[in-house]
Amino acid sequence: MRKMTKALMGMSSALVLSTAIPELARADELTLCWAAWDPANALVELSKDFTAQTGTAMKFEFVPWPNFADRILNELNSGGKLCDLLIGDSQWIGGSAENDYYVKLNDFFDKEGIKMSDFAEAAVNAYATWPKGTPNYWALPAMGDANGWFYRKDWFAKPELQAEFKQKHGRDLGPPQTWDELKQVAEFFTGREIDGQKVYGAAIFTERASEGITMGATSALYPFGFKYEQTSGKYDMEGAVNSADAVAGLEAYKALYKCCQPPGYTDSYMGEGLDAFKSGQVSMAMNWFAFFPGLYKDEKVGGDKIGFFVNPKQKVAASTLGGQGISVVANTDNMDGALAYIKWFAQPDVQKKWWALGGYAVHNAVLNDPSFKDSQPFAADFLVAMNQVQDFWQEPSYAILLQAMQKRLHDYVVADKGTAQEALDALANDWKEIFEDEGKL
Amino acid sequence: MLARATPVPMAARVRGLSDRAIAWLFITPTIALLLAINIFPLIWAVYLSFTNFRANRPNAEVASVGLRNYQRVLNDPDIWIAMQTTAHFVFWTILLQTLIGFALAYLIDRKFRGHAFWTTVILIPMMLSPAVVGNFWRFLYQPQIGLFNYIVSFFSGIPPSSFEMLGSVTLAPWAIIIVDTWMWTPYVMLICLAGLRSIPDYIYEAAEVDRASGWRQFWSITVPMALPFIMLAVLFRGIENFKMFDMVMLLTGGGPGSTTEVASITLKREAFESWLTGRSSAFAIILFVAVFGLANIYVKALNKVKQR
Repeated sequence: MRKMTKALMGMSSALVLSTAIPELARADELTLCWAAWDPANALVELSKDFTAQTGTAMKFEFVPWPNFADRILNELNSGGKLCDLLIGDSQWIGGSAENDYYVKLNDFFDKEGIKMSDFAEAAVNAYATWPKGTPNYWALPAMGDANGWFYRKDWFAKPELQAEFKQKHGRDLGPPQTWDELKQVAEFFTGREIDGQKVYGAAIFTERASEGITMGATSALYPFGFKYEQTSGKYDMEGAVNSADAVAGLEAYKALYKCCQPPGYTDSYMGEGLDAFKSGQVSMAMNWFAFFPGLYKDEKVGGDKIGFFVNPKQKVAASTLGGQGISVVANTDNMDGALAYIKWFAQPDVQKKWWALGGYAVHNAVLNDPSFKDSQPFAADFLVAMNQVQDFWQEPSYAILLQAMQKRLHDYVVADKGTAQEALDALANDWKEIFEDEGKL
Repeated sequence: MLARATPVPMAARVRGLSDRAIAWLFITPTIALLLAINIFPLIWAVYLSFTNFRANRPNAEVASVGLRNYQRVLNDPDIWIAMQTTAHFVFWTILLQTLIGFALAYLIDRKFRGHAFWTTVILIPMMLSPAVVGNFWRFLYQPQIGLFNYIVSFFSGIPPSSFEMLGSVTLAPWAIIIVDTWMWTPYVMLICLAGLRSIPDYIYEAAEVDRASGWRQFWSITVPMALPFIMLAVLFRGIENFKMFDMVMLLTGGGPGSTTEVASITLKREAFESWLTGRSSAFAIILFVAVFGLANIYVKALNKVKQR
């Protein structure tokens, strides 16, 4: 009798599962590769649902950010089979598409009824398409992100500081709206003693090796009017990359670095910026929105003590794009299982849970929900940022383009070599030479 | 007592094989391994250096570009700056390590009380992993909490957080030179110590009989007889420091800007960040030829010193 009951229960369970997810293929195990950071932990949590529904075990290969590109691009270049699914940087799409590292997903999306119009347009263009803006999809937008700012709300609210700032600048001490204001506020805090500790104005990106200083400095360059090309797709960089506006933006970034960065932060990126803020050294810091949920939960500096603001504008409103799409690695032995994961991940309910767990969903069902703006203290800023993002070159030669920019910016901002005009002129020449070699100029 | 029989030749025991054939049988795997991991990559790199190959573009057509890669490397001002930076590091690290290493060896050779203990203590830095040393010194150099700045501050009165060893264009190269000297001086000391201990006592005894002063003994006996050893240490450290990578990468990553970007870091960036495989191969070949050529000239000089 007991055997009969077990058999019936097993059959009924199988029937329930098969009707609930009739169309999801399964694999024994899928490996998903991504960077090691807060959202990756949220994805592990989220993926438990996929495993429960399909029986597919999920394995994760998370690589620390400084080594992420090296490790994963080596993996792709060498035809390795480590990753079935990859959440790769937006800049990699061009090269990965041209070198057949990613599976083109158009037919799959059509077959499964996955519509890119269900996702935020900027995210689709940045994280999924190559050539950029065309309806050729190599990824599903997975993690929206932009560079934003957070500040010590409790310090800003101190009455004596409020009064002093008002007297000095004639306005309330609050989140800066422009880069000029940002510098004023940063200077105001630099060198002060708060809670028994000497503090500084702002922690900004200065990292040399991977992409740090480029991502940081473009947060100043874009609002001042920096552009990669005069005409989109023409590579006519002269007068765009090294325009007077771009020079002003780069000078503003260097001025902020010189006046208000804590000592020792000459090669700092995400982790160092978070450390500076969490240890109470700075009044403001730039970093990716991806870290904001974790910061808000931080017992020492989160909750009521932290506030968030979108990257300040200057001539225009602009933010540096982060974030990634999820792609199926062409070399996978688990193609059906990997596609099943994409299909599962694209569902509106899964996307809602993704946001709730700390991932930045860019599905319209999440973003357009009336309650979204109030769902987190940084949600409204995230929406603003995602509507004004600008991205680095997504060209197949992005790596060498990025290295050139890293060198020129670090030489000028941190090593005091030459002027901003000389740095950007040299950068324009570097890029021209690269595109000439590519046969695009 | 029975005389021991002459061993039967191996070839007699292994039918059909001569001793020479058996010898080849034994050394062939080693030669094959050597060819596979040393010679083949070298030949392959030479081949790649004449092409436009990029490791991240497997689908792109590989075309011969003749000497263009070599021409570009040799005409690239950034690469020449990196070579100058490398030469700067090699010169100062060798100079400091040789002087301090020899001085330490000379002191240790006096065999004072507890000299064995101090020898062990001095040797500790070179036994550590460069990764450990790099991270350890990064903390020491931290301007806000690092011990190094506090020590400098204690003796000079300069506030600790007013200077940055790793973030300053003028100080960063010296920060690396200090760490490399700290780590590798013991190595030079060991070689010099071997040289000093190889000098026979009777030479000093003869000098004593001739009433030569201590200074005279040092310049006329100690230095000339230890010179081949010192030169050997300089050769080893020179080759190693020409390839210096890990310490610089860990301490400054080549920064600030490109101030401490030595040739090996430029090469890594070209090869594995920019993925200019052909061009970086040309650069690697140029570096190899330079080190090989300089080392050969040096070894000839060393042999002349030894024959004196």
